[in-house]
Amino acid sequence: MEPGEIHALLGENGAGKSTLMNVLYGLYQPDEGEILVDGKALKLRGPSDAIAAGIGMVHQHFMLVPVFTVAENIMLGAEQVRGGIAGFLDRRRARREVVEVSERYGLRVDPDAVVEDLPVGIQQRVEIVKALTRDVDLLILDEPTAVLTPQETEELLTVMRSLKAAGKSIVFITHKLGEVKAIADRITVIRRGKTVGTASPDASRDELAALMVGRSVRLTVEKAPAAPGEPVLEVAGLVVDDDRQIRAVDGIDLTVRAGEVLGVAGVQGNGQTELIEAIMGLRPVLAGSVTLDGERIDGWSTKKVLRAGVGYVPEDRSVDGLVKEFSVAENLVLDIYDRPPFAGGLALKPDAIAASAKERIAQFDVRTSSAEAPVGTLSGGNQQKVIVARELSRPLKLFIAAQPTRGVDVGSIEFIHSRVIRERDIGTAVLVVSSELDEVLGLADRVAVMYRGRIIGIVGPDTPREQIGLLMAGVTPEVAAEQTAGATDDDAAPAEAPRSEDEE
Amino acid sequence: MSTMAVPDVAVAAVDQGFWTRSRKAGLVLLALGLLAAVLFGALATDQQARFTLSEDAAGAALEINGTVGAILFGAIAAAAGAALLAGPPKRWFLPVLGVGLVGFVLSFLCWQVSAAPAGQNFMPLVNILRGTFILALPLIFGALAGVLCERSGVVNVAIEGQLLMGAFSGALFGSISGSVWVGLVAAAIGGAVISLLLAVFSIRYLVDQTVMGIVLNLLAVGVTGFLYERLMQTNAERYNSAPRFSNWEIPLLKDIPVLGPALFRGNIFLYLGLLLVLVIHLGLFRTRWGLRTRSVGEHPTAADTLGVRVLRVRYRNVLLAGVVAGIGGASYTLALYSFTKNMIGGKGFIALAALIFGRWNPTGALLAALFFGFADQLATYLGAINSVIPSQFLAMLPYLATILAVAGLVGRVRAPAADGKPYVKG
Repeated sequence: MEPGEIHALLGENGAGKSTLMNVLYGLYQPDEGEILVDGKALKLRGPSDAIAAGIGMVHQHFMLVPVFTVAENIMLGAEQVRGGIAGFLDRRRARREVVEVSERYGLRVDPDAVVEDLPVGIQQRVEIVKALTRDVDLLILDEPTAVLTPQETEELLTVMRSLKAAGKSIVFITHKLGEVKAIADRITVIRRGKTVGTASPDASRDELAALMVGRSVRLTVEKAPAAPGEPVLEVAGLVVDDDRQIRAVDGIDLTVRAGEVLGVAGVQGNGQTELIEAIMGLRPVLAGSVTLDGERIDGWSTKKVLRAGVGYVPEDRSVDGLVKEFSVAENLVLDIYDRPPFAGGLALKPDAIAASAKERIAQFDVRTSSAEAPVGTLSGGNQQKVIVARELSRPLKLFIAAQPTRGVDVGSIEFIHSRVIRERDIGTAVLVVSSELDEVLGLADRVAVMYRGRIIGIVGPDTPREQIGLLMAGVTPEVAAEQTAGATDDDAAPAEAPRSEDEE
Repeated sequence: MSTMAVPDVAVAAVDQGFWTRSRKAGLVLLALGLLAAVLFGALATDQQARFTLSEDAAGAALEINGTVGAILFGAIAAAAGAALLAGPPKRWFLPVLGVGLVGFVLSFLCWQVSAAPAGQNFMPLVNILRGTFILALPLIFGALAGVLCERSGVVNVAIEGQLLMGAFSGALFGSISGSVWVGLVAAAIGGAVISLLLAVFSIRYLVDQTVMGIVLNLLAVGVTGFLYERLMQTNAERYNSAPRFSNWEIPLLKDIPVLGPALFRGNIFLYLGLLLVLVIHLGLFRTRWGLRTRSVGEHPTAADTLGVRVLRVRYRNVLLAGVVAGIGGASYTLALYSFTKNMIGGKGFIALAALIFGRWNPTGALLAALFFGFADQLATYLGAINSVIPSQFLAMLPYLATILAVAGLVGRVRAPAADGKPYVKG
């Protein structure tokens, strides 16, 4: 690393990027090898050594105490105190420091706001300020854009540029090629725990992707135009609360037709999860209706919904999708274990389960040592394939996939996407929810954008990303028109579009 | 295309409808107040209800006709309920609720006191207040031990055991040495020993903290019971006759009417308990130690990435909790009674209830402990005036209040996020 350099670390999920950086931050101990800072070998026994050596890190999952204020979070671990041994916190000084640093780098945060009330983008800003108040020279950003809207991402890139101008070095971990090309000075590609190459930002997207996965891959999903049929799923006036009894879905109308993919885009936490759970009967419907093929299904148990011909890939596979300790074969029949041919009377039929498992493992290209291996020992991509295999092995009317490729390697993404399209082509209605805009745009025939519990717009997949990005941030064309009409210094249009070469 | 304006959504998401917490509480209070006015008013007699400002029937007193008082205070409670129903500003909620509840209690007392046999129709406020604090004292120490432990993310169900062990070692070593101070230090160490076991097993060996706490309570009962029979019963003179702290009068403060004789002529434990509430409250919310403790109890991984030693903070806090509870146990054996088998008798669990009722907050825990202590004292008093209310009903109050608190009727009760979750790196 050079001073004032932005170094991108590119690799698939599970390639070892985050592990490497956690070692660098002192959270994990290296088994072999050493870390050199300014030519000197460094032994990091913990994060405090790393901080002392000028290394700061913004983790993928924010390391902020939700019930603390911004100032409390920032001073934690490096508190300024008065009163000798009693150690009273010097809050005024902490607050001043926060304001100072945030003004110096253009990162506006309110030191007295409670973190859990802040939007994700601001929380990330707090994380960056936290690192900067510790006088770091090297800042590690681990997948910083995963939870941001395109506009917030653009702001982050601006912040990174200003940090670079101030002489800070940045390690930027990501698997998004567009961002890397927009900002990095140097790119290192990691695959399966090894550096497989370095590249300059001039390298083409295809070159980088090929380095990342080790062979050339298609970045777009190939598909024929959709042939939509009759409406299969109809949602009308749906109202649902989240776990904290706060309105999460606030009057949604949706129709998904046979043979089409409806993609739901939106920043995470805008009610997508609750919408899907309500359709699946996992969450009470407070008002409105859900209709499947003309029949009301709201109020049905999840089992009944599944039996009615709905396939469901939940957004968090390790919690809702699989029983990790169970074998691959058992997980493949979790939905139909109690029916023939897998059960007869009170007993399971292991032979039938094993035979079907073998078939589906081959069919869906699940890489596992055996059908009897606990599913938790598989990689993320292969776990996801087990779920997809299970759900697509029944005749379906409706297929719902929530975050179908989160934390999945590029090879598996390609495979899962092609299966989703194949399901559409045999006439199933498909509902895809994803916080990856690329995925929604690649798969969907129509895109619904969710914002604060409502569908704020339904657009075609060819709509420019900037426009969808604005919708994701809650700006409808009408509002946007008003804003530009009363144009002020607030320039909403991104100066450089990081993904301009996307459709090449 | 949707047409709604963005700001509307934000409002809709926050709005909880008409039945806010404040209105629900108001409705309940209104019903209670009306019930008090009608029922207590009907049952009360025309005898005067006297609340004397001393320890007996003599001296100045606040007097009111029983029936009038019961109806009047019931009406005040109902009025407070109605005020809450009208939806006053948020900061008025607690004061108005407080007035309403006090009104209800006074209405009840007017009925009870006026219905007492002639000559006994008085309530000595000094005695009641002093009794409330004495009965609340072990709860205060116990709940503070809970605060220290649980704010750092370790569930402390072992309060009962820590109190018992403190009481026992205080009695034993106080007797052997003949010194109250040696007894006090021994009590602190006794509580800390139970804490050490809790810490090692739950932090180092990741044993379920609730199960571990229950096991430690049983262990404490067993060990102290065994030693009590072997040592104290056979030679009470030598092993179970600890010296006691005498009462210290605090100059000036002791002369305040009612409060003076009730609070400022007490023993060291009373002063220490109240002081600890203040110190722990300030410590938790104003100092580096408190910030780190709370961060470890809420999000240990975040604390770790900032160089806070999570496990060390937890060990330290659990041990401190043992010291505090141990001293609380000594408030029995070094001030009031000789040691007897299982003498804490479930107070540790009520302390746990006070901790939850007080929302893991030292001041809240103090108020909850005082409330429970008052219920306890009231039960004794009502027994003395031959009340028709069975004392068991009042003994149920702490548990009933805790169930209501946990069910969320007294506002959202939120434990530290990492409470009970062992921290494992990586």
